[in-house]
Amino acid sequence: MMNEENNDAYWKANIRLMLILLSIWFLVSFVFGILLVDTLNQIQFFGFKLGFWWAQQGAIYVFIILIFTYTVMMQRIDRKFGVSDDDEDDAAKNEEVQ
Amino acid sequence: MDAQTLTYIFVAFTFSVYIGIAIWSRAGTTNEFYVAGGGVPPVLNGMATAADWMSAASFISMAGIIAFAGYDASVYLMGWTGGYVILAMLLAPYLRKFGQFTVPDFIGTRYYSSTARVVAVVCLILISFTYVAGQMRGVGIVFSQFLNIPIFWGVIVGMAIVFVYAVLGGMKGITYTQVAQFCVLMFAYLVPAIFISMLVTGIPIPQIGLGAQVLDGSGLSVLEKLDRTLIDLGFGAYTEGSKSTIDVFAITMALMIGTAGLPHVIVRFFTVPKVSDARKSAGYALLFIALIYTTAPAVGAFARINFIDNVHNAEYADIPAWFQSWEDIGLIGWEDKNGDGKIQYAPGAPFQGKPTFSDERRADGSRKITNTATGNTNEVYVDRDIMVLANPEIAALPAWVIALVAAGGLAAALSTAAGLLLVISTAISHDLLKKTFAKGISDKQELFYARVAAATAIGIAGYLGIDPPGFVAQVVAFAFGLAAASLFPAILLGIFDRRMNKEGAITGMLAGLIFSFSYIAFFKFVAPEMNTAEYWLFGISPEGIGSIGAVINFTLAFVVSRLTPEVPADVVAMVNNIRIPKGVNKPSMH
Repeated sequence: MMNEENNDAYWKANIRLMLILLSIWFLVSFVFGILLVDTLNQIQFFGFKLGFWWAQQGAIYVFIILIFTYTVMMQRIDRKFGVSDDDEDDAAKNEEVQ
Repeated sequence: MDAQTLTYIFVAFTFSVYIGIAIWSRAGTTNEFYVAGGGVPPVLNGMATAADWMSAASFISMAGIIAFAGYDASVYLMGWTGGYVILAMLLAPYLRKFGQFTVPDFIGTRYYSSTARVVAVVCLILISFTYVAGQMRGVGIVFSQFLNIPIFWGVIVGMAIVFVYAVLGGMKGITYTQVAQFCVLMFAYLVPAIFISMLVTGIPIPQIGLGAQVLDGSGLSVLEKLDRTLIDLGFGAYTEGSKSTIDVFAITMALMIGTAGLPHVIVRFFTVPKVSDARKSAGYALLFIALIYTTAPAVGAFARINFIDNVHNAEYADIPAWFQSWEDIGLIGWEDKNGDGKIQYAPGAPFQGKPTFSDERRADGSRKITNTATGNTNEVYVDRDIMVLANPEIAALPAWVIALVAAGGLAAALSTAAGLLLVISTAISHDLLKKTFAKGISDKQELFYARVAAATAIGIAGYLGIDPPGFVAQVVAFAFGLAAASLFPAILLGIFDRRMNKEGAITGMLAGLIFSFSYIAFFKFVAPEMNTAEYWLFGISPEGIGSIGAVINFTLAFVVSRLTPEVPADVVAMVNNIRIPKGVNKPSMH
């Protein structure tokens, strides 16, 4: 059952990446924008109070970066474990040859 | 040409584009009607999702809410964007791999239960109707203000347009009209924002202008000026919140997971060809949404500055024309409490409730108000919804910008309404009829019922828009709270917990739904006078209670699933299958 082991390893790699990115998601919004907002507001950042900037601008920019990072990294992980959905026709051909 | 004529031209032009697209992209099969044949490229799906998502509320109300709430409005900005991160990583790719038509489809199949499917349909219909009534109202407001058409006829025209492309084109027609609508609404939002940023700060990029110095020689930045002005007038500082930290936390969380659980948003990810496309298109969707959501805080701040500069301590006789035109339709009201002939702006409600006007006018031409005045010094009532629509007039922008904003507001309202009506009709024709109560019907019959359901839903939505029951504005919290507490946990557990069975999921959904529903209903309708922090559970307002509902859902689902029979082997195999991108099929080939 090589396939099952491979799929489990793929799933673990996926979960690891997801947890890292979701911690950043939590950090920029809930920590910087809400929990630490008063502390960060003591710091000036290009005409903004820093905590306010995270809550109304910064967090949103980071969210976009997070999704595209996830997209690119997952594509690599998909290919590494041979479960990618691209070139499915090629994969099917390879199997036929073997 | 005057603004009115230009508005007619812009609106007529955009409407004919939408109808043209609808005719070009008619749906011939249920597959095309439900998920556009599963062939929408990710960038276009991103645009369609953005248009679907950005409702009349986002376009018309959000900047106004920010203008008057300052930091407190951050919950909407983070909540309504952060949800896409969750959607991209936790839901969209797996639901695409699952490859069927609807959210109840997933819940019904994953939990091998018609009960689960019907519970999901009930949640979906509650959530979507709440939402759609507000859209039709938005259409009505835009028509009545910009085209001088009564709200009734405005809603009828809006219904007719949505009818043509939703009923004819289904998801396929909706997708491609939404792409056009996204372009219209984005242009309509950004152009005035750039103009106003230039006027206030001299910097054309609103996101940067918000941090820049005001061009009034004071040397203060926009936010410093707002903080000072507001404190002088007796308000709290703009950049500081008035809500408790736990409430801000809970509301943001409820909005994020509620966004990720909204059926009309999820279903958009069923329309792309592949799993990797679902991830990508979530990224594009957020990028396009962020164009507007990062601009809105700037628009809000500039609007508040302009409003105070224009209105506070101004004599009614000298007030700009926009003040009177909004006063005429009842969204602004003024009571000269101290009799000095000038308008004073201060914290608190100027009088009890929304303004009611007598037919008479005062000597200076202002409308007489019949409400009982309050004891504070504030004399002016302003409906927050007018900020974006009035902004171009307040800043004296050219007439074509005003016309553009009207077309943009209509695009935002129509695109969201169409998306919502589609998930409602799909849930009825596909989940209730085909999969539950009328299993034998053919594809053709199902398509016919989908169209009948869409037409009926449009009729009901239109009625709610023309004659909104008083509670419509109060129940937006329902949509997000219910999505967060019912659908989101059930879908998430269905993907990530192989041991989750139907007993656990149904218990969780019902508990989350009933808890959140009761909590919101209690504070909004049963005992609105008790709707203050002192009576709230853990100090969490009805807007944020969805996050507690979700916790209850997760906990109960987990406990119950561990005490009841295991999941059947074929369902475990299905879960294993949706976790792997490879082998994606066209929707519902099985």
